[in-house]
Amino acid sequence: MADDEKRPSASWARSSVIALGSSAAAAGRFCRRKPLGALGGLIVVGLIVIAVFADRIARYDYDETIAGARMNPPSARFWMGTDNLGRDMWSRVVFGARVSVTVGFGAVLVGTVLATLIGVTSGYFAGRYDAVVQRVVDAWQSFPFLIIILSLMAVLGPGILNVILALGVVGAAGASRVIRSATIAVTGNAYVEAARALGCGHLRILARYVLPNVAAPIIILATIGLGSAILAESALSFLGFGVPPPYPSWGGMLSGSGRSYMYQAPWMALWPGVAISLVVYGFNMLGDALRDVLDPRLRGASGRPVR
Amino acid sequence: MSGYVLHRLLVAIPSLLIASFIVFALPRLLPGDVVQLMLEEHAYGRNLDELRTRLGLDRPIATQYVEWLGRVARGDLGESLWTGRPVLGELARRLPVSLELGLLAICFSIAVALPVGIIAAVRQDTVADYAARSAAILGLSVPGYWVATLVIVLPAIWWGWTPAAGFIDFRLNPWGHLAQFVLPAVILGVASAAVLMRMTRAMLLEVLRQDYVRTAWSKGLRERAVVLKHGLKNALIPVVTILGLHVAQVFGGTVIFETIFGLPGMGLFLFDAINQRDYPVIQGVNLLIVAIVVATNLLVDMVYAVIDPRIRYDGGR
Repeated sequence: MADDEKRPSASWARSSVIALGSSAAAAGRFCRRKPLGALGGLIVVGLIVIAVFADRIARYDYDETIAGARMNPPSARFWMGTDNLGRDMWSRVVFGARVSVTVGFGAVLVGTVLATLIGVTSGYFAGRYDAVVQRVVDAWQSFPFLIIILSLMAVLGPGILNVILALGVVGAAGASRVIRSATIAVTGNAYVEAARALGCGHLRILARYVLPNVAAPIIILATIGLGSAILAESALSFLGFGVPPPYPSWGGMLSGSGRSYMYQAPWMALWPGVAISLVVYGFNMLGDALRDVLDPRLRGASGRPVR
Repeated sequence: MSGYVLHRLLVAIPSLLIASFIVFALPRLLPGDVVQLMLEEHAYGRNLDELRTRLGLDRPIATQYVEWLGRVARGDLGESLWTGRPVLGELARRLPVSLELGLLAICFSIAVALPVGIIAAVRQDTVADYAARSAAILGLSVPGYWVATLVIVLPAIWWGWTPAAGFIDFRLNPWGHLAQFVLPAVILGVASAAVLMRMTRAMLLEVLRQDYVRTAWSKGLRERAVVLKHGLKNALIPVVTILGLHVAQVFGGTVIFETIFGLPGMGLFLFDAINQRDYPVIQGVNLLIVAIVVATNLLVDMVYAVIDPRIRYDGGR
């Protein structure tokens, strides 16, 4: 902590130490009770570390063409081989983590904010507003995930920001349903009524009493949503409507020009797929374990897969 | 029962209208420079004004929507900008291919998910249960298009075997026709199978803890009767809900698998249309799929009423 910052009071320091200690203990308990969830968490942390330090971990730049190294098999120099343009696959997979993390977290941020806004207001205000909003959500949900995203991308055009927007907006509909049910359950509680009787405004009730109590399902939805968003981004890029080349998206690396070379260089088809599977597996395991620990009611309400 | 059906129908109508408005609005979200791009890249018209007219972007939006809805109701989905052929005829030709793929995928996922889910629930926390659950998570995590790519690439490398190119017509070669659907349908069905299996297991576990199941046990019924008659029947409702939702996702998946395996269905049609920015086709495919999905959801609601009399009696609120 910097010297010129105001010194925190002793009680603040003590309570923060206690909080830190108890959350460390909670993490330890989580690891013992849910070893697979902990493994998922480890994979997720690994992904984020690789994404942040991609330029240190990668051995070459992602679009660096290495002379005389077209379609080299995996070796000590090229851990995952090279592709048809002589680019190091390992470096491309490492930089691909950046795309996945950016799109995944971006889309989930957009989606979660939107879903919370829709779900909480719809569940809280109920009545005619709820009925109208729910019909719109119904309509939005009656489009298959991939179809509406592809159609949106046709309008928006490829690009990382557009992928984030499209995935976020489309993913919000389903999540808002779960948040709405949770909100309805919370709103029925006596303490919400008490707050209203004390003269709290809607905004205050929502922020102080409703939101904190629907946080658990929101966190779980977001964790599982991260896996879905990464999977969906890779599918979009595979079809050529996601993150445009030369930036390496795992889905994009499996598609297009590379496909015809995979017969001679099967490692080109292998590693990006392994990376996607591992990362999505990590998010799914973590999300599952979190759900079991935080909110058993949500059992089975996991996100929709995109294939 | 008829009151229940009527109520469901009435709820479905506004959804369908709003969905149709979303479909209608799609090309209207186009930035002007994209219309310019369509003109330059694909020569869809002689000038900007003509293209706007052909896309129907030139008049007030409310009149446009009502007119468009009227045309759709009469079965006129417009013409493809790319080929100039009516969209409806093309859809009619391609729908059976996608339906076949989708139905096979759903049949596969049910055939796998129900038995495995039941075994996993009945033998909770055994090796079989862990194996089934791990397989399900794996099935949710591994991208289907990657598996499909490997299925095409690896046999070609190992044994020099490649799937036959070109679509095989049922009338010419019924066996070959069905065979070409097997691989894509299985891979497409895996994700739904995983979700359904998890749902079946979770719901069955919950039901098996109920008092009436204990009663059934203590009456001395066989395991088969307890699990299938008393347990499964009550666990099926949420499973059917998820199945209904997955019909939509399976149809979404046809885009990927028809593209990879070269099956001339709606998915491939949409994929090509998006590549060519052929908006009448994009709208047509979206509209048809939404109609299928809404119809499926209605069907699912009917199925509830059949398998659960409680829903029939209290009007399904």
